[in-house]
Amino acid sequence: MLAKRIIPCLDVKDGRTVKGTNFVNLREAGDPVELGRAYSLQGADELVFLDITASHEGRKTFTDMVARVARELSIPFTVGGGINELADVARMLDAGADKVSVNSAALRNPRLVGDIASHFGSQVCVVAIDARCADGNWECYLNGGRVPTGRGLFDWAHEVADRGAGEILFTSMNHDGVKQGFANDALARLSDELPIPVIASGGAGAMQHFADAFTIGRADAALAASVFHFGEIAIPELKQYLRAQGICVRI
Amino acid sequence: MKVAVVKYNAGNIRSVVNALHRIGVEPVLTDDPAVLRSAERVVFPGQGEASTTMAHLRQYGLDEVIRSLSCPVLGICIGQQLLCEHSEEGDTACLGVFPGLRVQRFRVAAGQRLKVPHIGWNTLDDVSSPLFDGVPAGSFVYFVHSYYVPDGAHAIACTTYGGTTYASAIRRGNFYATQFHPEKSGPVGERILSNFIHLCHD
Repeated sequence: MLAKRIIPCLDVKDGRTVKGTNFVNLREAGDPVELGRAYSLQGADELVFLDITASHEGRKTFTDMVARVARELSIPFTVGGGINELADVARMLDAGADKVSVNSAALRNPRLVGDIASHFGSQVCVVAIDARCADGNWECYLNGGRVPTGRGLFDWAHEVADRGAGEILFTSMNHDGVKQGFANDALARLSDELPIPVIASGGAGAMQHFADAFTIGRADAALAASVFHFGEIAIPELKQYLRAQGICVRI
Repeated sequence: MKVAVVKYNAGNIRSVVNALHRIGVEPVLTDDPAVLRSAERVVFPGQGEASTTMAHLRQYGLDEVIRSLSCPVLGICIGQQLLCEHSEEGDTACLGVFPGLRVQRFRVAAGQRLKVPHIGWNTLDDVSSPLFDGVPAGSFVYFVHSYYVPDGAHAIACTTYGGTTYASAIRRGNFYATQFHPEKSGPVGERILSNFIHLCHD
């Protein structure tokens, strides 16, 4: 049976993880590869590395980090941040990434999604969508949630699926950072309507929230950052908890 | 031991090289027929589309080379599908190392909620091969695919997705192949790769 996936997300700036961690026994807590390895040993099913570097030099460092992750870790990983054109995708795949996530660049140039799919295969193309709900309407945002687009979440999600996206990574800006659970109603609608897997993001604060994202939200995977980085939820306990609720997870 | 990885126009090939490095093997990545023929183990990996990868193999004469290999060969993902007789993807005549095996696409029945591609960790069942020494039935491995080999002849492991039970690993003589990605399947995958390298072969 296909397992629901647990995906820690690591923000990386100039080759270092940004958020603090409560992991002990890490030789170097700020090293994304060491942190990725720790998560992999704990049972993370995939990893996402998000490049939040602004500088050209930082991008180079990120590419080197991707190559190290690919050499050292034995689970799939996605890289995002700063993917604007096919050449960026090729660089990340050459370095050894399994998938890339595109967000603002896809909204600005929707053809990019189809280009990635036709050049490298749909399985490579994760489309990340940041959306906010106001008065019952979900709207997509650009640039890390700073710029509203007027584009509806469900409409855009259908378009990218039609264009060849392999997965959707949906972050609810209403729920992100609040730690009160994922946006399960919107997730359930995305999951029911789309022919591709949906990754839930934004809102994890307790183990029950993951269970809800999988059962009520019918998500295929759930992504979180701070609850893992700050040791509030440990992946082995989370997976035992989910299994006890009858949810299929890899243990 | 001389281990060769087939170099061609499929994606994800470096992942296999990386994984072999992690288990202490130094493979050579090559499309040189002489090097492939003299190797003691050949890995035929990749992700890609059947008709374009098959056309590339033919163009470079690699189709004949792969068919004629007598050492243990491990096809992975599109590598497995190309070893079959035919793939529905692009209506492609494949290498035919596994006669009669025809690769099909997952079909979504009306009203069924099934995501294609099949992405993620799923279980291996009915494992029966030295390839799976130390890998119990129920072990999770990582899959990314829209097409599959039907269960039946040559199956050495099966997996179920969306109500379809299919052959997630096959073997015929010296040819082994997996639909899943052992190079991305954590310690279980590394065990399978290691088993392949250490297969007894006469």
